[in-house]
Amino acid sequence: MVGAAIDRAEPEALTPMWTFIIRRLLISIPLLIGITIISFLIINLAPGGQVALPGMEMNPGLNPKVREMIAKQFHFDRSLPVQYVLMMKDMVTGDLTSFKDQRSAIGKVLERLPATLALSVMAFLISTGGSLPLGIYASRHKGRWRDKVISVASFAMLSLPSFWVAYMLVLLIVRVLHIPALGLSTFGVDFQNGFREAVDVSWHVFMPAVVLALGGIAGESRYMRASMVEAMNEDYIRTARAKGLSESAVAYKHALRNSLRPIVTFVGYLLPAFLGGAVIIEQIFGYPGMGRLMYQALLERDMPVLMVELTIGSALLLVGNMIADVLYAVVDPRVRPN
Amino acid sequence: MPDGATQPAIDAPQEPVLKQIGFWQRFRKNGPAVTALVVMVLLFVIGMGYWALHGLGVNWPADPLEPNPPAQLIAPCWQHPLGTDDLGRDVMSRVLLGAHVSLMIGFVAVGIAIVIGIILGSISGYFGGWVDMVIMRFVDMMMCIPTFFLILTVAALLQPSIWIVALIIGVTSWMGTARLVRAEFLSLREMDYVQAARATGAGHARIIFRHVLPNALPPVFVTAVLGVAGAILTEASLSYLGFGVQPPDPSWGNIISGGKQYILDAWWLIVFPSVAIFITTLSFYVAGEGMRVAMDPKETKQI
Repeated sequence: MVGAAIDRAEPEALTPMWTFIIRRLLISIPLLIGITIISFLIINLAPGGQVALPGMEMNPGLNPKVREMIAKQFHFDRSLPVQYVLMMKDMVTGDLTSFKDQRSAIGKVLERLPATLALSVMAFLISTGGSLPLGIYASRHKGRWRDKVISVASFAMLSLPSFWVAYMLVLLIVRVLHIPALGLSTFGVDFQNGFREAVDVSWHVFMPAVVLALGGIAGESRYMRASMVEAMNEDYIRTARAKGLSESAVAYKHALRNSLRPIVTFVGYLLPAFLGGAVIIEQIFGYPGMGRLMYQALLERDMPVLMVELTIGSALLLVGNMIADVLYAVVDPRVRPN
Repeated sequence: MPDGATQPAIDAPQEPVLKQIGFWQRFRKNGPAVTALVVMVLLFVIGMGYWALHGLGVNWPADPLEPNPPAQLIAPCWQHPLGTDDLGRDVMSRVLLGAHVSLMIGFVAVGIAIVIGIILGSISGYFGGWVDMVIMRFVDMMMCIPTFFLILTVAALLQPSIWIVALIIGVTSWMGTARLVRAEFLSLREMDYVQAARATGAGHARIIFRHVLPNALPPVFVTAVLGVAGAILTEASLSYLGFGVQPPDPSWGNIISGGKQYILDAWWLIVFPSVAIFITTLSFYVAGEGMRVAMDPKETKQI
C-alpha cells in the first residue's frame, strides 16, 4: 500500500493528494472557529459562568481590585461578539491567564499536551494490537460459540467502569506488588542512564494506557470483525474460492487486506474516548496530562483554562480525523481524490 | 450493496422491524442476547419497583437515605447484605434505589439524543442541498468537541439534578444517530414507493414520517439500546468525579465516589455499585448487539 503511494510520487501524480490535504485543512478552519464559539458561549452564558468566578458568589466582599482584574480579562464591558474576538486574541498571545496562578492558560495546557499525546498513542497501540487478532478470530468463527464468547467478553471490557479498573490496577500494582506506577516517572530514583529512565517513563505511560485501551479494544475488535465479515461477502471472495484457494488463503490473503482499510479511520473514533477517559484515569494514576489539568480547572472553576482545554482538545480531534482521512485515501485508491 | 436481496428493510417497505419475518426467530437463537434481554427487563422491574416502594415509604433492608451513625462501615452481614457506608446507610438499599437513577438517565438521555438525531438526520437526508450541508457541518463540528470534556464543563457549571444530567448527555450524543438516519434517508428517498407517495400528492411531512422514517428506524433502535449503556457509563463517570447526581440522592457513580476514600477498609462500597454498573451496561450491550445481528442478513449467511 505504502509502496503504491510512493510510486505515485511524481509531481503531477502527487498533486491531487496535496489538493485533498489542503482542502481538508481549509475545512478544519471554520470547524475550529465554530467549536471555539460554542465553547465560549457555554463558558460565558452557563448560569454561574460569569458571576461564579472563583469565590465571587460566596464572597461578596471580594477584593474589588481582583474582581476588576477578572472582569477586565474577560472584557465584560464589551459586547458579546467583541468579547469572543478579544478572548481568542488573548488566548493565542497568552494574555488569557489562569485564575489560579496567573500563568498563561494556553501555556499551562500546552505543557501537558506531550504527556497526553504519549498516553493516547500508547493506548492506541495497545488497543489496535489487541483488537485486530480478536476481531479476525471472531469473524472466522462467525455465529458460533467462539464468536459469542469474544463478543460478550469484549462488551464486558466496555462495560467495566474505567475508574473501577484503574483503582483495582493501582491497588494490585502499587499496594500488593509494590511496583511504582503513579506519576510520570518513579520519584526520587537516580537512573544511571537515559535508557533506564526511558523504560521507567514508558512503564508509567503503559499502565494508564492499558485502562484507556480496554474500551478501545472492545469497540475496535467489533469493528474489525464487522469489516472482515463485510469483506468475506464481496464478489472477489467468491472468485478466489472459485479458483480453488483454501479457505484460510481466501481469508488472510484477500479479505484481510481489504478489511484493514476501514480500521484506519478508527483512530478518529478512539481519540475522543481516550481524551474523555484521560480525565478520570490521569486523576487516579496521578499522571500529569491534559485530563488531570481539566479536572483541577473544573474544581477551581478556572474558566480560562477550561476554555483552552476545550479548544486544544477539539483541535486534537480535528488533527486526528484529518490524519485518519488522509491515511484512508493513501491505503484505499477508491476514495483517492483525482 | 450490489443486490437488493441483502436488505430486507427495503424489500418490505411498510413492515416495522419487530414484525419482520424472522427477526424474533433469529434473535431467540442467540443465547447470550436472550439472557441479556431477560436481565434488562428484570433490572427495569427491580429498579422502578424499588423506587415506587421507596416512594410509598417501604424500604428494604433499610432506609437508603437516613444516616445511622452507630452502623458505620459495617461489612456485609445478614442484616446488611452489602454492608453499610460511612454514614451508616445500607449499601444494598442505596444500590437498589440507585438503579432507577441510572436507568432513567440512560433512557431519557437516549430519548433526547434519538429525537434530535432523527429530526436533524431526516431533514438533512430528505431535503439534501444546502440544508444538508449546514446540518452536516454542524454535526462535524459537534463531533470534533471531546464529548466528555463538554459534558463535564456543562455539568460542573450547572450543579446538576438527575434530569439535567440526562439532558446534558442527550444533547451531546445525538450526532451518530443523525448521521445514521441521514444515510438511511439518502438511500430510501430514491425508492419507488417514495416516488409513488409523492405522485399521489403526499406532503413532505407525510412522506418523511409515514413512509421513509419507519424504514430508517431499525438501525436507530439498535444504536438506542447501545446508547443507553453508554449513557449509564457516562453518568457513572460524571457522578464519580462529583459533577453528576448530587448526594444524598444515590447513584451508582456517587456511591463509589463517596466510598473511594475507604477503599482499603470498605471494599464493599466500591465493588457492589461497580458490579451493578457492569451487569446493567453489559446486558444492554449484549442485547443491542443481538438485535443488530438478528437484523443483519450478512450475519446469518454462512461463509
